Amino acid sequence: MTKSRALVWLVCLALATIVADGADGQEGAGGMPPLRWGAAVDSNAPYAFYGPGNILEGFEYEIIHAIAKEMGRKPQFVSNSWDGLIPGLDRGLYDMVICGIEITPAKSAEVLFSNPYYVTYEQFVTAKGTPILRSLDSMKGKKVGTLNHTSAMAMLEKVDGVEIKPYEEEINAYNDIVNGRIFGVLLDFPIAKYYAQPNPELEFNGPPFGQITYGIAFSKSNQALCDEVNQAIDRVIASGEMRDILSRWGLWTEMVAGAFKQPAAPSCPDSEYRDFVKSHHQYEKSLWDRICGYAQFWPLLLRGSLMTLQVSIFGMTLAIALGFSLAILRVYGPWPLQVLSSIYIEIIRGTPLLVQLLIIFYGLPNIGIKLHPLVAGILGLGLNYAAYEAENYRAGLLAIPKGQMEAAMALGMSHFQGLRYVVVPQSFRIVLPPVTNDFISLLKDSSLVSMVTLLDLTGAYNRIATQTFDYFGSGLLVAAIYLLIGLPFVRLARWAESTMAVDHRKSGNRPGRFSLPVPFRKKGETNGN
Amino acid sequence: MVEENGSILLVENLRKKFEENEILKGINLRVEEGDLVSIIGPSGCGKSTFLRCLNGLEEMDEGVVEIAGVRVEKGGEQGLSGREFRRRTHEARQKVGMVFQQFNLFPHRTILENVAISPQVTQGISREEAEEEARYLLGKVGLSDRMTHYPSQLSGGQQQRAAIARALALKPKIMLYDEPTSALDPELVDEVLQVMRDLDREGMTQLIVTHEMRFARDASDYIVFMDAGNIVEISDEDEMFTNPKDERTRKFLGRFL
Ligand SMILES: Nc1ncnc2c1ncn2[C@@H]1O[C@H](COP(=O)(O)OP(=O)(O)OP(=O)(O)O)[C@@H](O)[C@H]1O
Ligand SMILES: [Mg+2]
Repeated sequence: MTKSRALVWLVCLALATIVADGADGQEGAGGMPPLRWGAAVDSNAPYAFYGPGNILEGFEYEIIHAIAKEMGRKPQFVSNSWDGLIPGLDRGLYDMVICGIEITPAKSAEVLFSNPYYVTYEQFVTAKGTPILRSLDSMKGKKVGTLNHTSAMAMLEKVDGVEIKPYEEEINAYNDIVNGRIFGVLLDFPIAKYYAQPNPELEFNGPPFGQITYGIAFSKSNQALCDEVNQAIDRVIASGEMRDILSRWGLWTEMVAGAFKQPAAPSCPDSEYRDFVKSHHQYEKSLWDRICGYAQFWPLLLRGSLMTLQVSIFGMTLAIALGFSLAILRVYGPWPLQVLSSIYIEIIRGTPLLVQLLIIFYGLPNIGIKLHPLVAGILGLGLNYAAYEAENYRAGLLAIPKGQMEAAMALGMSHFQGLRYVVVPQSFRIVLPPVTNDFISLLKDSSLVSMVTLLDLTGAYNRIATQTFDYFGSGLLVAAIYLLIGLPFVRLARWAESTMAVDHRKSGNRPGRFSLPVPFRKKGETNGN
Repeated sequence: MVEENGSILLVENLRKKFEENEILKGINLRVEEGDLVSIIGPSGCGKSTFLRCLNGLEEMDEGVVEIAGVRVEKGGEQGLSGREFRRRTHEARQKVGMVFQQFNLFPHRTILENVAISPQVTQGISREEAEEEARYLLGKVGLSDRMTHYPSQLSGGQQQRAAIARALALKPKIMLYDEPTSALDPELVDEVLQVMRDLDREGMTQLIVTHEMRFARDASDYIVFMDAGNIVEISDEDEMFTNPKDERTRKFLGRFL
């Protein structure tokens, strides 16, 4: 009764969140559907990123808004991870992707590209005072950092003898120059300008390398929208608005001016760049000031924590229910089901959770199953942990002596009744400690759901760290929150362990020595108490 | 059928193999209502297997078992289909109580719950009614003051008495015991045997596999001696001890005489 009530409540809560999420920014302009654009906005200045106060900004953000205005559509932003951007396009999460993607023949085979909206080059950065570099070849024998899946990476791979150090976050790459771990970093000029130039210990080194053109990506089947956007881009360039935007962001270079056939001088001061440097680079700020600065992030941290908790609790509920069924099938089921359940468990345990999550979110749409990110996240964690819970329960079931089931059967119970009233309740007590421990692991593994566009606590960490450039302070803060959330469950596990130690009456077979036998009473005599 | 032949237990040509080893080689036995029968024999001769075939914890390969009015037959012309066999076995278990060497009480339930659970589950009796009956039975075996204890909090003798009460809760027509006192410290054996003596006085039919020769001799109506999967000798208790007919019986009992 109360159990089923709680379950209904949980399901309602899940649905409510899904509905609330889906309702976000659904309002279109004048009946036109919104123009949905996808980008990976963590650590993504100056393209599109969350600035102070958690407001989205960036030169790509402004370009998209300019384009949408030309088209008479309302832009709607959809967040995704960098690796998920193109799969999300095929999945229909958004109509287009704008995220500093270089137009290359290889990528053109996968997606449709708009005309270029920006042209730039690779910029090499080293520690201040490093001898000047003339060509890429002079990097031979050196450790050079860059980001995964970038044109800079492709460029470095063609140079013999360079040791490439791939990074996930540009800020970490640049910091490692200062830390002495790498010689330099090769990345797109806008990144170098925003992340390296303000740092007094770094400097641009060497000439512009190569030429890169950024394009907006569409699904191959969306030629009509691509054409429309191309026209809008042309108009934004022709009207001078593009030059204004890029000038304000300090990105109007001779190269891009030449490509757009416009004057080389910026049309206005680089005000956005200055603001960014002022608010983000805190080389002079004290640690205390930085920590105080995190106060503004508490809504983001709260949201992330709730998401983490929500995904974990629902994921674990699913894992427990499914794991229990799998264990029962594996131990007591007819042999075909035993085999199936073993296969499931082995496959799940033999493959990485991340791969499973990506298959569920990006793979299933290929066969027509599109899941809400929250559902995908919960399903991914739940299906994965079910395999581990099944093994816990199996061990628990097998730990119950055979005599228990025999006693139940001898008392006229059916096999099912024996399980229901005798074996399962006992095994539950055995598995409580490992299951609680697994929940704590799941809580930590739930950080992977940021890969399916959910903003959990780890997602929040990424966003804060890339806004404040402080992986250390914000990392400690987020770690503390994880600990805090996990603490009640750690306590529960300890409690369960100690209770089982005292309370698990090991099959009751061994005669206890707690009381002396009472004198036997003659038949028919009952003791009233 | 009970009424027809008057026997509460009838076993004909009961055979049982484990893999290729024939453990029971065609057992025949008839037990009348109210009898207390002791089964003795060397270790490994098949006593436990025989008892477990009677209530279907082991499935016999061949033969007839008619117990408490339920007839189960395997092999031969009247052999039952698998489904019918299982149905009858289940039916028989409701009328046959069994007590194990290792007690097998349910450790997660109190003594009272141990006794009251199966009538609720298998016969749909209300909790109040089942617990009232359980209290009466626990009083009978002298455990009125231990009802809210868990099995691990009781001595072995108390646990075994609770297990007997639990088996009695279904109001069985016949009780089977497999070495009920073998796991007990010597000073606790008597309190359990006493319960069985009392049940005998009430007219309960009981089949006891035991190594307690003194009890077998004093309390049984007759003794069954098994060896290597056969019943070798059935005789009046005193006669078997004073004048065993079979050489094997003489050899086995020689250790006790
Ligand atoms: N499940 C089983 N699988 C295979 N062999 C078995 C099984 N159960 C019993 N046996 C064998 O059957 C034979 C008879 O066993 P059983 O337990 O009936 O002997 P017993 O007369 O009760 O002996 P004890 O006095 O030691 O309890 C033994 O040789 C035993 O190894
Ligand atoms: Mg035995």
